[in-house]
Amino acid sequence: MEVPFWNKQVETLDRTSLQAIQLERLREMVAWALKTPLYGKRLTAAGIRGPEDVTDLHVLEQIGFTTKDDLRRSFPKGLLAVEMDEVVRVHSSSGTTGIPTVIYFTRDDLDRWTDLLARSITATGASSRDILQNMMTYGLFTGGLGLHYGAERVGMTVIPISGGNTKRQIQTMKDFQTTVLHVTPSYLLHIHSQLEAEGVRPGDLALKRAFIGAEPHSENTRRKIEDLLGIQAFNSYGLSELNGPGVAFECIHRKDMHVWEDAYLIEIIDPKTGQNVEDGQEGEVVLTNLIRRAMPILRYRTRDLAFLHPEPCACGRTHRRLSRILGRTDDMLIINGVNVFPSQIEERIMKVPEVATNYLIHVDKKGALDRLTVKVEIYPKLFLGEAAKLEALRARIREGLRSSIVISPNVELHEPGSLPVSEGKAKRVVDERPKD
Amino acid sequence: MKITQISVFLENRKGRLYDVCSLLGANNVNIRALTIAETESFGVLRIVVDKCDAAVKLLRDSGFVANFTDVVAVEVPDTPGGLAMVLKVFADNDVNVEYMYGFVEKHSDKALLVFRFEDTDVAQQVLARHSISIVTRQEIEGL
Repeated sequence: MEVPFWNKQVETLDRTSLQAIQLERLREMVAWALKTPLYGKRLTAAGIRGPEDVTDLHVLEQIGFTTKDDLRRSFPKGLLAVEMDEVVRVHSSSGTTGIPTVIYFTRDDLDRWTDLLARSITATGASSRDILQNMMTYGLFTGGLGLHYGAERVGMTVIPISGGNTKRQIQTMKDFQTTVLHVTPSYLLHIHSQLEAEGVRPGDLALKRAFIGAEPHSENTRRKIEDLLGIQAFNSYGLSELNGPGVAFECIHRKDMHVWEDAYLIEIIDPKTGQNVEDGQEGEVVLTNLIRRAMPILRYRTRDLAFLHPEPCACGRTHRRLSRILGRTDDMLIINGVNVFPSQIEERIMKVPEVATNYLIHVDKKGALDRLTVKVEIYPKLFLGEAAKLEALRARIREGLRSSIVISPNVELHEPGSLPVSEGKAKRVVDERPKD
Repeated sequence: MKITQISVFLENRKGRLYDVCSLLGANNVNIRALTIAETESFGVLRIVVDKCDAAVKLLRDSGFVANFTDVVAVEVPDTPGGLAMVLKVFADNDVNVEYMYGFVEKHSDKALLVFRFEDTDVAQQVLARHSISIVTRQEIEGL
């Protein structure tokens, strides 16, 4: 089997040369990071006053980790290392408590990120002959636009359809004979059930591949997708703090995801001690961005649990492979590819005077899709006997939640005392999605 | 004369309506009229009972969310056009009905209609002017 490469030289570089590139880029990044208040303070306190103090890849262990909280506290421009003049793109993700986090790119940053996506797409065997239907959401979320740029660079025909509107998705697959999809696994399974309902057989379509990501899924889910649709499904990994999609991607062998190590310094740590663990051992993924000047991020704790494969891949790439995401070290929920923190929901609910402080977040599956239900108790004194007013309250809570967590949950009103009380360790999240 | 309707919030749970009715029954509270406003996720039970204050205390003590609403009960002949006759009076006099429900009385040729008005006082004046008999609280209690 011929292995396709976008940049064979870099992708198959021996480990020593790869580490030399990492060190060189880390020095550059530290120089940029020193311009920001947060890292300026942390780096100088650790005795790192310039790139020349970065003597090896481990020197940054002295500055500790960067967390989502650090990013939030630095909102909006605390981590910006260049003049706004040089920034050509902003992306953002929702924050855990209402304050979003923001990511900046210079033109060169975008160029380097785009190249990683082109590399990722090519590694799957997709090429300029393919027609890509990009079902990830376009906008502040990095998933849509990020891959779009990479696909254009490869020369694919890109259909920037974004997410939702399943009927139109299916019609577009037929009209343009789409060969590649970029989609969350749960939405792809939903599309499959719609295809069946409409009597469309996979043979009527031209699909060959799907790039799946943005939400954790099991090997069984991948197999199911592949069997049902008769395609190959490639797992991918990325997060906006580290640019977005294209941090790691599967190659034609589909045996876990190559981390592009010339662009990202990856560590797996024991989440309790913060110490690095051996390859092969599960731990929390920590990443340093080596290619983004507008907003350097050093040693970012992703809260994702995974492990690195110690052995090389049959494709010949020397960049290590990251396992699929096995869990989280925090309570973040991923609902149809959208990250939701229970604290965001709580904050919203507490602003509604008509409801009491008890609430329950319930997640299950409706068909292939995730369904989020927020249950609240009504406050007896504010019940005046009007059903219409309660319906309006429900709509108001739902709208408030939607503006905070992007997705629109079901809201259920309950009688006081019917949900678990807030004292002690009440279980606020019930996740009944099958774990297959 | 206004009478009192009790509204009870019912969450979408099996047997919740039964819980209310069995509680009232066990305590010898008689339901005179009843309707349920339902939505996809909850219901609001509206009842007129013979022992209103006792019933609300009972419900609240048992953990139900219950409240009072002023309504007006009217008796009309239980014959075709009985309800229409009353509604014509309201329509002609610009009295807005928010909701209403009816009950046929046993051992009588009358029907009991319960109205919730936008403006209860104006509605009562209109009813009085047209000699439509309003059911009193005492009558409800003794029905």
